[in-house]
Amino acid sequence: MQTDNLELKKLVYLYLMNYAKSQPDMAIMAVNTFVKDCEDPNPLIRALAVRTMGCIRVDKITEYLCEPLRKCLKDEDPYVRKTAAVCVAKLHDINAQLVEDQGFLDTLKDLISDSNPMVVANAVAALSEIAESHPSSNLLDLNPQSINKLLTALNECTEWGQIFILDCLANYTPKDDREAQSICERVTPRLSHANSAVVLSAVKVLMKFMEMLSKDLDYYGTLLKKLAPPLVTLLSAEPELQYVALRNINLIVQKRPEILKHEMKVFFVKYNDPIYVKLEKLDIMIRLASQANIAQVLAELKEYATEVDVDFVRKAVRAIGRCAIKVEQSAERCVSTLLDLIQTKVNYVVQEAIVVIKDIFRKYPNKYESVIATLCENLDSLDEPEARAAMIWIVGEYAERIDNADELLESFLEGFHDESTQVQLQLLTAIVKLFLKKPTETQELVQQVLSLATQDSDNPDLRDRGYIYWRLLSTDPVAAKEVVLAEKPLISEETDLIEPTLLDELICYIGTLASVYHKPPSAFVEGGRGVVHKSLPPRTASNESTESPETAPAGAPTAEQPDVIPTQGDLLGDLLNLDLGPPVSGPPLTTSSVQMGAVDLLGGGLDSLMGDEPEGIGDTNFGAPPPAAPARLGAPIGSGLSDLFDLTSGVGTLSGSYVPPKAVWLPAMKAKGLEISGTFMRQVGSISMDLQLTNKALQVMTDFAIQFNRNSFGLAPAAPLQVHAPLSPNQTVEISLPLNTVGSVMKMDPLNNLQVAVKNNIDIFYFSTLYPLHILFVEDGKMDRQMFLATWKDIPNENEAQFQIRDCSLNAEAVSTKLQNSNIFTIAKRNVEGQDMLYQSLKLTNGIWVLAELRIQPGSPSFTLSLKCRAPEVSQHVYQAYETILKN
Amino acid sequence: MIHSLFLINSSGDIFLEKHWKSVVSRSVCDYFFEAQERATEAENVPPVIPTPHHYLLSVYRHKIFFVAVIQTEVPPLFVIEFLHRVVDTFQDYFGVCSEPVIKDNVVVVYEVLEEMLDNGFPLATESNILKELIKPPTILRTVVNTITGSTNVGEQLPTGQLSVVPWRRTGVKYTNNEAYFDVIEEIDAIIDKSGSTVTAEIQGVIDACVKLTGMPDLTLSFMNPRLLDDVSFHPCVRFKRWESERILSFIPPDGNFRLLSYHVSAQNLVAIPVYVKHSISFRDSSSLGRFEITVGPKQTMGKTIEGVTVLSQMPRGVLNMSLTPSQGTHTFDPVTKMLSWDVGKINPQKLPSLKGTMSLQAGASKPDENPTINLQFKIQQLAISGLKVNRLDMYGEKYKPFKGIKYMTKAGKFQVRT
Repeated sequence: MQTDNLELKKLVYLYLMNYAKSQPDMAIMAVNTFVKDCEDPNPLIRALAVRTMGCIRVDKITEYLCEPLRKCLKDEDPYVRKTAAVCVAKLHDINAQLVEDQGFLDTLKDLISDSNPMVVANAVAALSEIAESHPSSNLLDLNPQSINKLLTALNECTEWGQIFILDCLANYTPKDDREAQSICERVTPRLSHANSAVVLSAVKVLMKFMEMLSKDLDYYGTLLKKLAPPLVTLLSAEPELQYVALRNINLIVQKRPEILKHEMKVFFVKYNDPIYVKLEKLDIMIRLASQANIAQVLAELKEYATEVDVDFVRKAVRAIGRCAIKVEQSAERCVSTLLDLIQTKVNYVVQEAIVVIKDIFRKYPNKYESVIATLCENLDSLDEPEARAAMIWIVGEYAERIDNADELLESFLEGFHDESTQVQLQLLTAIVKLFLKKPTETQELVQQVLSLATQDSDNPDLRDRGYIYWRLLSTDPVAAKEVVLAEKPLISEETDLIEPTLLDELICYIGTLASVYHKPPSAFVEGGRGVVHKSLPPRTASNESTESPETAPAGAPTAEQPDVIPTQGDLLGDLLNLDLGPPVSGPPLTTSSVQMGAVDLLGGGLDSLMGDEPEGIGDTNFGAPPPAAPARLGAPIGSGLSDLFDLTSGVGTLSGSYVPPKAVWLPAMKAKGLEISGTFMRQVGSISMDLQLTNKALQVMTDFAIQFNRNSFGLAPAAPLQVHAPLSPNQTVEISLPLNTVGSVMKMDPLNNLQVAVKNNIDIFYFSTLYPLHILFVEDGKMDRQMFLATWKDIPNENEAQFQIRDCSLNAEAVSTKLQNSNIFTIAKRNVEGQDMLYQSLKLTNGIWVLAELRIQPGSPSFTLSLKCRAPEVSQHVYQAYETILKN
Repeated sequence: MIHSLFLINSSGDIFLEKHWKSVVSRSVCDYFFEAQERATEAENVPPVIPTPHHYLLSVYRHKIFFVAVIQTEVPPLFVIEFLHRVVDTFQDYFGVCSEPVIKDNVVVVYEVLEEMLDNGFPLATESNILKELIKPPTILRTVVNTITGSTNVGEQLPTGQLSVVPWRRTGVKYTNNEAYFDVIEEIDAIIDKSGSTVTAEIQGVIDACVKLTGMPDLTLSFMNPRLLDDVSFHPCVRFKRWESERILSFIPPDGNFRLLSYHVSAQNLVAIPVYVKHSISFRDSSSLGRFEITVGPKQTMGKTIEGVTVLSQMPRGVLNMSLTPSQGTHTFDPVTKMLSWDVGKINPQKLPSLKGTMSLQAGASKPDENPTINLQFKIQQLAISGLKVNRLDMYGEKYKPFKGIKYMTKAGKFQVRT
């Protein structure tokens, strides 16, 4: 080993690396040489020695190597230092404890400030690798100084080093927009690098830090423009690189579609692209499709539909349907393109076309029925369940316009038991629809299908649905009509969207495996170790102070106290405008509540009933979690009607929302002896104010009346205040006053302030109280999942408010049930990094939707609540409502 | 980082493996073989394959799969870029990169791989540095080696790795000092049935062969630098200078390297130099189809189009073709259904054409798909984007080098739909 012949030395080292493990005792004898070589005058020999040392994976030896390594880490020659930095990572892999005890990590951290860029790059790479196995240790503690060092090194180190540095930069959160901008400026030149990995890592840093920049900034626009060309260039590289780039572009396009909106053409498919590139390009084309470029896109898609590869052709046909749904103006053209394709009579093309035409019918009902005839011609060629189900759906839906609908459906019925479940279910529904539309001619048919479904089938889904229809039809045909033929909710425009929070997280992982799989690393990295949850930085302007979430609830408790409005003053005038005499006008509450209940019942029931039909369009690729299952059919099959009620996802439950205890609103001393305490409650769709009147005066009170001032949500008494008997001294009476929300509206401050006037034979008294917002949460506040995604995306980030709910020890399940009782509906639930994320929606009486994301960390008593709403002023009150509901 | 590398040929044999950390069993490749089986063609094997404990990232070049094994979250582009770099290095060392050549030079291959990665971190990927470490095999050296017993491993360790210009070794000496630059542009285009352009873009590169003594500092300026708004540079180019003055200023690596690559996508800037007239018809009734294509020059700026080749994948229903070319030779492979016509030069006075009949499967309906025509051609002395080098200057050294610029336009992925 102690030879001067370099080649021989190398060979001996190589031998050692490979065989030291099998002969550890012999290997120890080599230690001396390493120690000696580490002091060789030639830096390259020193480096070679330290490099080889680290590769000997023998515990006994490593201890002896610490001293030479320490020396090499402080070597005067940068080449040795950079090699030694990597050696620390190697050693850490073999014996982590040793590395920590020896203080190598600190030395490594010091190397980040090294004068040589190569050393910095390797130190960063080594630290990143070590950090990956030690997520808790704060190894890469970045501060503005070290960031500056990294940025300087970035310009001068090798391409591979640049990747490590950029990935490291991406983990930093700048303190304000100015810092973010200056980092962006220094990273931008990397976009012109020849190495695509460098480019993509730079894109990641820019995409992440852009989040912090204000959109009005000139620089923001410049940056957007600069991002497009490098992304386009990535697409001219080798197919493997293209694939990774396309998967990432898919994310970028969802997050910031404006970057590539003019670059549609680069995603056009070449016929000799590998299939994995073709499919990705197609997906991005649809995402970029807009009114401006739809003609081009359609022409291309039509071209693709004649290609050889069957999978690709199918996707292309589906894509045409997605375009129709996405760009309304193009729908007509899409339909005619699809008809052209049906005319080709290529079997799989026809089948795909029929599946997507069904989606188009869902989106644009009663518009393109003229094509049904053409579709019916191809009935016989359909052999795939999905296409058959789609066709049956169309026939059932438009049964009244198809003369021979009964014949068509009957022909399907012949082989009922050979069909797949999907087709069977669809056929059942379609025939019931047909029966409801043409009862006279089809009675036999419907009986036949019901008996097939209920008696001869082993499939519980099919049987249950058959029973439900049967009972519906036999008990109340009118109700059946309303249920089965009810108007269906429109399908949403965007399909396959990634959930917004997941998307934000994935943006932080651009260029990594996570971005290729579109899953957070925790979902697939082994053991989940070393995975740190990343999120986009919030926008912080340097000149604005951020509102800390803690300040928000501070005002709440004090506001709970009822204020009594002094009888004199300006307010009086306001109230005097109100007529206290006659009972309140407006529709009586009872009817409205019944109506509402009925609508809900139908809507909810229908959704669940039809949940299995292919109406949940495009659900197949959908990355989001399934919706929190509504209380689904726990009851035995026997109770037909109650089954139906169970399906209405808890709408009909009588538990009602949380009712706060009564509080004193009007003390006796301020109202000549009349004490009023009360509370608000919501039950089965109606709001009421529960009042308790106590006569603390010495005389009898009579002639009670109540009136509200105009308020933010138009709350008004739905009936007059009825106190039947006169209230004698020291007597208490409890009254429930129904309320409605059709009164006149005036914005109050705070929003939930209600000013009330109460009259009796003695005087008129005024007081004001705050009502909890959850009494305004309506029962149909459950948003469709797709709709939720689209709306969440649509509402600008400025409208998002974040709150902390502290000291609440419920688990996600309990939280969700509790909130549901108060009409806050959980749409989806997801588990991220052991945290439960609940996605919820609620609707106020005036139609304002509030979307919420509730993050629950098991074991931790504090929840994070993010609210998004088009009217951000309600967020604060919604938060209070959450808190009240959850804590009681 | 990169754990291991497997080289797999198209028949599915692992013929070389290299591990940079602990040894990963070959059986991990079974997942790759599964994916390979699922993909109908070798090109369609997905580049990222997850397995229970590892990830397999692969590139397919020269009919060889280069499969890298990684265990932790590593940027996939980083790995794929590196794999391509490995292939480039092999090609650079051995002229061609193929299974027999790799097997013949297995020692050099291992030596090179050992130097390229250290513990999974890229170490020396610059071909200059590598060649100093391990000399590429030549016939002469092989002979000398067998006689003297010496080997390919360099006697000195490379000095380039220490300097701030790692791409250039010190002490370079030439008797003839020369610097040649090739401006090569490839047109990627899709032309639709009617002959109008669906998409067209130019991928350009400037490849250099610089053999200059000492540490020369070069500047290269263009007549129309505004064309270059989407560029990627070799690390040697000073980016600041380009940003401010639109001049390429750099200390060149020694030997062959790619100075920059660029991308011109503005539709109006992309001239389409050839057109293809085609008439391909299948008739429902008869089992014969007619086939005729003509190739002609369009916007060639007065230059001749040469090296024209027409390739077309015919529909599966086509059994055979009987065609007569007006020039060149043609072949039709009845198994792969690939028609290839080697046209040669286009003479504008007498346009080359290929016509005849196709025999189709009797009784079968006419094919659904239309064949796409793939075109290859070359135009010398022309950069189709109009890019022109203005001047090349050298600073830092006293001698006067020979300088030369060559332009060439080629077809990249040039497709005509029928």
